[in-house]
Amino acid sequence: MREPLVNEISSPSTRDPVFLSEVARRIRRYAIEMTAAARSGHATSALSIAEIMAVLYFSELRVDPAHPSDPDRDRFVLSKGHGCPALYAALAMRGFFPEEELWTFRKLGSRLQGHPDVLKCPGVEMSTGSLGQGLSVGMGMALAARLDGRSYRVYVLLGDGECQEGQVWEAAMSAAHYALDNLVAIVDRNGIQQSARTEDLCALEPLTAKWEAFGWRALEIDGHSIREILGAFDEARRTEGKPVAIVARTKKGKGVSFLEDRLGWHGKPPDPQQRELALKELDRDGEARPV
Amino acid sequence: MERPVLCEGGKEIAPREAYGDALVELGAQREEVVVLDADVANSTYTERFGRTFPERFFNLGLCEAHMIGVAAGLSRCGKVPFVSTFAIFAAQRALNQIFQSVAYTNANVKIVVTHAGITVGEDGATHQAIDDIAVMRAVPNMTVVVPCDAEQTRQAVFAAAEHEGPVYIRLGRPAARQIYASCPFRIGKAIVLREGEDVTLVGCGITVGMCLEAAALLEQQGISAEVLDVPTIKPLDRQAILQSARKTGAVVTAEEHTVIGGLGSAVAEVLSEEHPTPMRRVGVGDCMGQSGPWKALLEAYGITPRHIATAAVELVDGRRG
Repeated sequence: MREPLVNEISSPSTRDPVFLSEVARRIRRYAIEMTAAARSGHATSALSIAEIMAVLYFSELRVDPAHPSDPDRDRFVLSKGHGCPALYAALAMRGFFPEEELWTFRKLGSRLQGHPDVLKCPGVEMSTGSLGQGLSVGMGMALAARLDGRSYRVYVLLGDGECQEGQVWEAAMSAAHYALDNLVAIVDRNGIQQSARTEDLCALEPLTAKWEAFGWRALEIDGHSIREILGAFDEARRTEGKPVAIVARTKKGKGVSFLEDRLGWHGKPPDPQQRELALKELDRDGEARPV
Repeated sequence: MERPVLCEGGKEIAPREAYGDALVELGAQREEVVVLDADVANSTYTERFGRTFPERFFNLGLCEAHMIGVAAGLSRCGKVPFVSTFAIFAAQRALNQIFQSVAYTNANVKIVVTHAGITVGEDGATHQAIDDIAVMRAVPNMTVVVPCDAEQTRQAVFAAAEHEGPVYIRLGRPAARQIYASCPFRIGKAIVLREGEDVTLVGCGITVGMCLEAAALLEQQGISAEVLDVPTIKPLDRQAILQSARKTGAVVTAEEHTVIGGLGSAVAEVLSEEHPTPMRRVGVGDCMGQSGPWKALLEAYGITPRHIATAAVELVDGRRG
């Protein structure tokens, strides 16, 4: 289970759904183990984005841990910073830092803060945590690319509850006005925020139509389908004159039966027993699928 | 440090206008300088940069929180963004964005605000930032500069561009008396404008000129006042303040800002820890601003050369008494 994935393949960029599913499964394993070890953190918010993170870091993003400051690298901003166990796992598997470091998550002195810190953690492009800010930052990065005539692309992953923050829509309006077709927003539409289902607390639907109304090209996909995520990023790259929003239908806690689509698990780590059960389920899932 | 050359004749220029011109000058020298505004470009004078360098100017509309984030993103990609709006819409409305996206990341973003303090005048309390110095100096990594005139503003803009990290520059709305013909401005350095023996008057921004006038009033009463211009509230020039306080033994601070947490508090923190000194703080009390002509407001809120001089007399009398 522990062998580094990145060493198994010559090029990290792949469209192999079997391989990418295995990356997602390992991200989930790490998210469970990291939050259990830290006894805190947002395990279920990481589980919902495992496939998205797998496709981003092992297929879509042009990033290279050997050249982390390459001005032409693609930028990824995890605006829903609390989902960072998934980000840290992807970065470690991609070689930005040793996988052993994942066990320092949330510990005093760690580079892996409770929410991502750009000054501390290799591969992290922006500090996030207080919600609603990442898309504005992504827009600034996209504007810089245009100013400098660079071809890098900017990806921002938002939570759906996060879309209740007004700043998200300031950014949505603004990025469309500047016709930033090098900017992609992905919304983790898992339907559950900290204290309730989004539609019970402050309804977001029709969410895809909202992005369209704000001047974006909006796509709606199954956020756990590798094929659909790859297709959406392809579509985004082909889109001209507009930023692209990908509303990814997901399940909070995806992959672990007793966490999946359940209320009351936001910001809660699994206890030791739950950790064992969760890992068993995830490993069974891995055995069922040929790698 | 070379000595400042003071300006004779009392010509008045709005520091925010000097800011607009400095941006154009800076933009010509440095390609990476970009400017962002939130629909007040004709008040902040950033429109001058926009006319000269339209491709590097982003008037984003009314979205101050968003604007701070965009600036942070630009800075992460090597740009040096200057972000402008009215003080209250940056320090209050976009505080969390400044804290997380700019200060936490030590982003090279320069937040230059205008219309600070009650001298906004007729627009009233909703447009008068009276707590922004207090708020910004409590933010880690933030440098806080309050220039007193057009020349110092120009120098502060260039110094901010040279400084790696976030800077908050606070400007007012009205034209300000020209204090300096030339001013050797350095971030973190206070300037002794006038030497004296009996009391130290400490000002920043619009109150620097007031302190000079107060010193002249005090002279008529036989009191020798030293005047200290403290354009950098953070990092504070502790040495200059201590040196002057040790010499005069009495300190009056004056600011167009609440006395809670601003210049006066910053000076009091240093003195109470290092060299307890009798003090008076002239500034806005624990109350809201209101509409009115700006000079009438300064009178009503007790921020004038006369009020500064009165506070100084109280301290000197207290010592003699």
